[in-house]
Amino acid sequence: MSRKKTEKEYQKSFAYYFFRWLNGEKDEYLGEVEITPKEPYRETEEEKRARIRGKRAIFLRLYGAKKTRAVRAFELFYKAASVVFCGILICLLLLTVSYLPPTGAADKPVNNEVSERYIENGLQETGAVNIVSGMILDYRAFDTLGESHVLFIATITVLILLRLDKKKNDGAGITAEQAELNDAVYEPKSDTILQTAAFILVPVIMIFGLYVILNGHLGPGGGFSGGAIIGAGLILYLNAFGFEKTERFFTEKTYKWVSFGALSFYCLAKSYSFYTGANHLENIIPKGTPGAILSSGLILPLNIAVGLVVACTMYAFYVLFRKGGF
Amino acid sequence: MDFVCNIPFISILLSLFSGTICSVLPGRAAKWVNTAVIVSVGIMSAILLVYVNGTQESFVYMMGHFPAPWGNEIRAGVLEAGMALFFCMIMLLCMWGGRKKLDEEVEESKHNLYYILVNLILSSLLALIYTNDLFTAYVFVEINTIAACGLIMIRQIGRTLEAAVRYMIMSLVGSGLLLIGICMLYDLTGHLLMSNIQEAVAQILEEGTYTVPLVITMALMVTGLAIKSALFPFHAWLPDAYGYSTISSAAILSSLVSKGYIFLLIKIIYRVFGFSVFHDSHIINVLFVFGLAAMIFGSLSAIKESDIRRMIAFSSVAQIGYIYMGIGLGTKVGMIASIYHIIGHAAGKALLFIAVIGLTDASGFSRSFFDLDGAAYRNKIAGIGFTVGALSMVGVPMFAGFVSKLLFAQAAVNNVGKLMPTMIVLAVSTILNAIYFMKTVIRIYTPAENTEFAVIPLKREKLYGVAVVLFVILNITLGMLSQPVVDMIRSGLEMFA
Repeated sequence: MSRKKTEKEYQKSFAYYFFRWLNGEKDEYLGEVEITPKEPYRETEEEKRARIRGKRAIFLRLYGAKKTRAVRAFELFYKAASVVFCGILICLLLLTVSYLPPTGAADKPVNNEVSERYIENGLQETGAVNIVSGMILDYRAFDTLGESHVLFIATITVLILLRLDKKKNDGAGITAEQAELNDAVYEPKSDTILQTAAFILVPVIMIFGLYVILNGHLGPGGGFSGGAIIGAGLILYLNAFGFEKTERFFTEKTYKWVSFGALSFYCLAKSYSFYTGANHLENIIPKGTPGAILSSGLILPLNIAVGLVVACTMYAFYVLFRKGGF
Repeated sequence: MDFVCNIPFISILLSLFSGTICSVLPGRAAKWVNTAVIVSVGIMSAILLVYVNGTQESFVYMMGHFPAPWGNEIRAGVLEAGMALFFCMIMLLCMWGGRKKLDEEVEESKHNLYYILVNLILSSLLALIYTNDLFTAYVFVEINTIAACGLIMIRQIGRTLEAAVRYMIMSLVGSGLLLIGICMLYDLTGHLLMSNIQEAVAQILEEGTYTVPLVITMALMVTGLAIKSALFPFHAWLPDAYGYSTISSAAILSSLVSKGYIFLLIKIIYRVFGFSVFHDSHIINVLFVFGLAAMIFGSLSAIKESDIRRMIAFSSVAQIGYIYMGIGLGTKVGMIASIYHIIGHAAGKALLFIAVIGLTDASGFSRSFFDLDGAAYRNKIAGIGFTVGALSMVGVPMFAGFVSKLLFAQAAVNNVGKLMPTMIVLAVSTILNAIYFMKTVIRIYTPAENTEFAVIPLKREKLYGVAVVLFVILNITLGMLSQPVVDMIRSGLEMFA
């Protein structure tokens, strides 16, 4: 019996690992994945009673009312009444829908000169092959400007609600450092499956997102959808590689300045076009040849700006919900 | 087109852009940006008001290179410019009056976020005032809703978080109903621009098709806006939201945010459905009845309250009831009275909120009624402010509240069917108002026998004093020189139709 390798050499070879894994003798990932399942939460009878008592005390202190029989009866009535009310509202709305003009009819009031001009002249007037992009970013750009500020104000309110202060600790809340520690305990670190998957997927997701944004005026897509895709890619990357890696290129400062830059570009560019439009001045921004990547005037840069805002918003939401800060 | 016509566009975009700028500035700089924006928008609106008053014609402004049914459009007349000017004045005074409290109650690192919220609220209010397009209105209603939630919860104590959640749920129900209404209206008419919808609505009524969905659409939109502006049965979110948030938020929410929705409703009544169509529908009677109910029940809840800030919040419910009652009267004078009451109530209620915070600070931060004995002696300027606000709310001559009550009574005379209920409820509600406001005024001027609370000298709170004094002047001006304002509203409403 001759062996080309000694036992020791064999134990380092790929075949050894492979057959051990195949026979189920060793879990390759054992000891590498730091995730430990949490103890399932069990409440003792004592704790349960204390919780209910606490809840009652808070209720009493806030509203100064005991749950007497009258209150209980009212609550029951309230629930029943709300169900009845919702039922009536649903019936009413269904009834209304049956009276509305039938879908798809040629003489429907929505088939009027407004949509006609969008469809027939959209390409010449906006330079965008994708009519929807031309409509939201050129014809009705003011609405879209408002809509991107809805996203902005939503992030601001989430910041108000969830951002934790570095220093201050007012007793009830937790500080940013504690949140950091909590995050380190509960989130998986160096999960090989996730990391390998993310390694393959993240570049593809990012490129697809960029394609959707940059192609917004030529085909289906645009800033909102592309930005959401890029945001999802960033979140996947963060989950796989942790905050240390993402903080190299994305901190609170980055978020602040990128969304500031994108929104102010949006605001200023659109102000220019509103102003020239209303005062009947010449718009110096060229439309280009429809179908080329550099065409349709302001729509492409605006799509990029919207995409940046949306991607940053998605990522910021995730980070704030996870540990209350970047 | 004159350059002045750019003002609506400049004011909306300036306040929108200043919100973005504040996101990268530290709190102190954001404060100055905020003040500068409010002042400059106010000055521009005043110039616009003078201009439109001179031409006596409203104008439309194209937002972009495409004319109205295809592109966006805004519209300005006397009423719009006047409202913008007035909202800016109130907002500036609210911010000044609540500045010190804001510094105490809100974390230092979140100050610039507060100014972002205020700037965006201003821009959305301006857009609601100037818009000529239903969908634009909806987009800015969204901004207004989310920013108002932020205003409530930026002072993070348990009650404000709960209040913000309640506000959000109720307000989103309102937005949802409004959106369903807009969608159905678009389906029926094929337009989003207000003037085009009005033509299409007239055609629908002439042909007799789709009248059922038209009435339901109207009901949905009116209900949605009524929920958002806290008309009587939908007011449950209001006392906590106004009672526990930081004081400039409470003042802005009560005097501006809910009024923005009512102004939008009036605009929809006049410019979307047409006043006569709305008048002939029965929705107007529903609004009238709920307005009357709000006047009584809001005041009754306020009498029962022993927490002074919640008392003032409940008084808002009653005052919103006055406005809806005026709309429900269905006469032109009634509408003028309602719009005057929007102005008068905003000036009075914001003053009351700002004054109350001075009184409670002088009583060891206690909001309970029983600690307020002699508070007006410990903080003199706040006492004067509260008294003026209370007198205005009750409707004593010389103050803003009197004029609107007089106008309501005049309007009721024009509508014989609704004369008796209006007069009776108006009288009862005035007495109820007097009960709880005069009770408070007497209490704060009753010298406390052995009090441990210190006197707050005026020197320490200069900005606060200035704000209260300006509010008092505004109230008395509105009460004494009401005729120009009423004329302005009348010519503005004529431009609407």
